[in-house]
Amino acid sequence: MTDLLPGPDDPTVAAPRGPDRLLGPDHAAPIPQLDTTSLLALVEEAGLTGRGGAGFPTARKLLSVSGRSSGLSSGRARVTRPVVVGNAMEGEPLSHKDAVLLTQAPHLVVEGLVLLGTTLRARRMVLAVGPEIQTGPVTAAARGTRVEVRQLTGGFVAGQESALVNQLNGRAGVPTDPLVPVFRRGVDDRPTLVLNAETLAQLALVARYGPAWFRAQGTTADPGTFLTTISGSDRSLVRHPGVLEVSRGTTLRTALKAAGTDLPRVAAVLVGGYHGAWVPAAALDTPLSRDGLRPFGASPGAGVLHALAVEACPLQTAAAVTHYLAGQSARQCGPCLNGLPRIAQTLRGLAVPGASAELVVEVERLRVLVTGRGACAHPDGTARFVASTMRIFSRHVEDHLKGYCHAATR
Amino acid sequence: MRLHVDWTRCDGHGACAELLPELMDTDDWGFPIMRGEERDPAVAVALENHARRAVKACPVQALRLLG
Repeated sequence: MTDLLPGPDDPTVAAPRGPDRLLGPDHAAPIPQLDTTSLLALVEEAGLTGRGGAGFPTARKLLSVSGRSSGLSSGRARVTRPVVVGNAMEGEPLSHKDAVLLTQAPHLVVEGLVLLGTTLRARRMVLAVGPEIQTGPVTAAARGTRVEVRQLTGGFVAGQESALVNQLNGRAGVPTDPLVPVFRRGVDDRPTLVLNAETLAQLALVARYGPAWFRAQGTTADPGTFLTTISGSDRSLVRHPGVLEVSRGTTLRTALKAAGTDLPRVAAVLVGGYHGAWVPAAALDTPLSRDGLRPFGASPGAGVLHALAVEACPLQTAAAVTHYLAGQSARQCGPCLNGLPRIAQTLRGLAVPGASAELVVEVERLRVLVTGRGACAHPDGTARFVASTMRIFSRHVEDHLKGYCHAATR
Repeated sequence: MRLHVDWTRCDGHGACAELLPELMDTDDWGFPIMRGEERDPAVAVALENHARRAVKACPVQALRLLG
């Protein structure tokens, strides 16, 4: 699964390969030293956004721990030195891009973290690595730097900022109430900045080659490249599943073709992973950008693209995914702990041809019921996936209510 | 003032919904559910005392008034 793909056949829309690319072979040019003001200006000008899922503007995150946040009294800057954390937990089962990045270009992640930590005068620089990722290459790359490589316990929500901070503080890796954000009190009770591993690698490249170089790829509103992990629901659907760097704004079709996808057999593509949303096969020319994916309730997220075959039953798939997500609850918040298994159970009922129409109403009721009622976004992400399933596959739902399923007749 | 539930603490005792039915109800499992759309809803001045009583009544200190 963690193969590096050779690249799309259309060089005008997808990122070229070369030494100045994320997974390129050589990054010999040194990174210039920067002060906080110039780092902030650089990131702002580049328009870099988080590559871990939420897609938050990186400049605003930097600002939150830089002591210059306009929300604080501007007269006296905070003197508490922050902790910077690189997030390579990669709890999403369909994503392997952090694993590939930490094997192919670990020096870039380390460089980004060192740049960030040095500029912000961080007390500590920590790279948190998920249990399924090899730490050898990145540990070697971090030698001689202040970066501490820590391999942590995993799970779907373990990479959530507060869960990650809790685990680094020696507590259980589960989220806390968002009232006190980690940028106020995080690792060692210090203001903590958590950036995804790929975001750090992108940062190292932006510092080295400049904002104009970064903006040469992608769209004006959504610049740069990103790593995607492409997979399929069966082996012959996507012949070369793996990780690929593409420009923001590349179409789904181009990205899927690069992975050897049998496009006529694609029913829909799950974009953004298990907390993501479906884009139907009729819309494969949708650009992989925030604006392009918004009509589907999706976003580029952490770059997960999972193609579903026309022969598969999307409701069985959705029931299995939701069942998995229910099992990944941190089991702290009542609505998530109780609601997600109930949604999964209801979807399982709906996945059987001849299901009662009442189940459709019940899925909708439960989806709304869990939304916004947890310490982290796990119930909301699950609800988003379920809402998208019911919308994109509404005709298939109708088939099931009439007692028919194309998958069952094969 | 705004009403905030710390979901990691809440065990669904239900005291809040009983003392502040104007703003809260309980769900299928006895956990509080805000009647409005807001996650941390504003508390009207007329309800502030009721809200304070609900906060005090929570046995696990999961309910808080902010601001």
